[in-house]
Amino acid sequence: MADALLKVEGISKRFGGVVASDNIHIDVRPGELHAIIGPNGAGKTTLIGQLAGELAPDSGHIYFDGQDITAQPAPVRAALGLARSFQITSLFLDFKALTNVVLAVQPNLGHSFHFWADARNEPALIEPALAALKRVGLEHRAAVTVANMSHGEHRQLELAMAIANRPRLLLLDEPMAGLGPEESSRMVAMLRELKREYPILLVEHDMEAVFALADRITVLVYGRVIASGDPATIRANAEVRDAYLGEQDEEFVDG
Amino acid sequence: MRFVTVRNIVVAALLIFLALVPIYSTMSGNMFLMTLFTRIVILAIAAVSLNLIMGFGGMVSFGHAAYLGIGGYVFGSMATEGITSGFIQWPLALAVCALFALITGALSLRTRGVYFIMITLAFAQMIYYVAVSLDKYGGDDGLTIYTRSQFAGLIDLSNRVVFYYVCFASLLGAIYLVWRIVNSRFGMVIQGARSNDRRMQSIGFPTYRYRLTCFVIAGMMCGLAGVLLANQADFISPATMHWTRSGDLIVMAVLGGMGSVIGPVLGAVALLVLEETLPHIISVIGGALTGQSMAAAREYWALVLGPMLLLVVLFARGGIDGILTGRHRG
Repeated sequence: MADALLKVEGISKRFGGVVASDNIHIDVRPGELHAIIGPNGAGKTTLIGQLAGELAPDSGHIYFDGQDITAQPAPVRAALGLARSFQITSLFLDFKALTNVVLAVQPNLGHSFHFWADARNEPALIEPALAALKRVGLEHRAAVTVANMSHGEHRQLELAMAIANRPRLLLLDEPMAGLGPEESSRMVAMLRELKREYPILLVEHDMEAVFALADRITVLVYGRVIASGDPATIRANAEVRDAYLGEQDEEFVDG
Repeated sequence: MRFVTVRNIVVAALLIFLALVPIYSTMSGNMFLMTLFTRIVILAIAAVSLNLIMGFGGMVSFGHAAYLGIGGYVFGSMATEGITSGFIQWPLALAVCALFALITGALSLRTRGVYFIMITLAFAQMIYYVAVSLDKYGGDDGLTIYTRSQFAGLIDLSNRVVFYYVCFASLLGAIYLVWRIVNSRFGMVIQGARSNDRRMQSIGFPTYRYRLTCFVIAGMMCGLAGVLLANQADFISPATMHWTRSGDLIVMAVLGGMGSVIGPVLGAVALLVLEETLPHIISVIGGALTGQSMAAAREYWALVLGPMLLLVVLFARGGIDGILTGRHRG
């Protein structure tokens, strides 16, 4: 466990009477895709929020590469190499697709107190941005204003922005949200590719995708970890079936 | 990218016109025109600076006229104390504006939306009442300034033509500076924070310090306009930073178009020329329609201007610049 890249030790988060995170322990090791599943309201997005630095946990610690980052704000964590994508698409809608990714590349080149040089055609920004767009299959849409793109393209762009500044770990919050079956399977293929390069913490509703991709799965219910292990273990776990997967999903999960 | 567009022709024509105003004025003896356009050019600088934070940064400051006043008062009070060198007055005025922007911005930028609007207004009102209470420098009545800034004999600001060109050069400088800024990496951050601040944070930008820096730059730029305005009027009073003046600056930016660097210049020219000419137009048209003298109707020019602004806001959200480019962005 000492070699875990991201390590969460007993974080808890309470909103009034609701316990969104209840003493959660998880970790992500290098080269691993660790999926978090759980029913609606299980606290998955709250967990991502705490890992990304948008929410402060009430107690517990978060370590990234051995460093305690619990008190670090989101920009600092991003600079350390934690990149996240959003469940509800969070893009710069009035900018072009390429500009969105350029912005994601920019922090990689140090601070941005450069007031004079034209950033619109700086190769150091454009080239990695185009590469990231190409990676997700959007290079032909680089010049399109994001507001005019489809939902599926938005999800791809989310991913391009997450990988643009060559992160050390990806936090992906439901990358399949709202995608049709065909788009979903393309996204799964893309994630399988990315998985070779980046350790990933994946929060996802799409069970098919999760069982196809994950090396390890952690099940969250009411903010509590009820099971954690490899896909076969989770599939066989009776408590998980009761609490979450349900009888009607049995066939599908077994298959 | 095409360079010969309707919009670029209009902008070029406007800049050429502005460059030629003193020549026409001197030749025709119409000094009023030059006085009016000196004022327009100065307020255009203020509007361009406001647009940097409002149009590009999404920081709707309702207290931007405070910097007109601060610039003016620093210059005026120093002139009154016998320090007439512009080499001292101008940098000091900008430094005081920067300090004011840094302190008020540091607090204001912790808020968003309506709260940001109200807190910037509150700070401007505060400084307004400070000026009212400055009995030594005229208080409510304002301060008459007897000496314009001296530049060791190099530039004579009491020459109206020279003064006009100093203002015009300052405007061109402000436009160029803002243009460089918005296209730089810094400008990308500022515009990104307007569009989606949360995402900027998660990408890795501590946006607060970038927005604060932008706020300070805009404050200093407007402070320069304040120094020029007080030099032109040989007078500074609290009215310079009344909240309605802050409102005028917002109107200039919105009317001209917040989406571009040059928009607020179009807005400043349009608003101030309309303010000046609408009373005449109303009385002439009114007189022609009714056959009676409509001199009294001159008072009601604002009744005409108001709906015009409303139409621009409702139907041409990119302002005049948006109409010219055919790009009606919100």
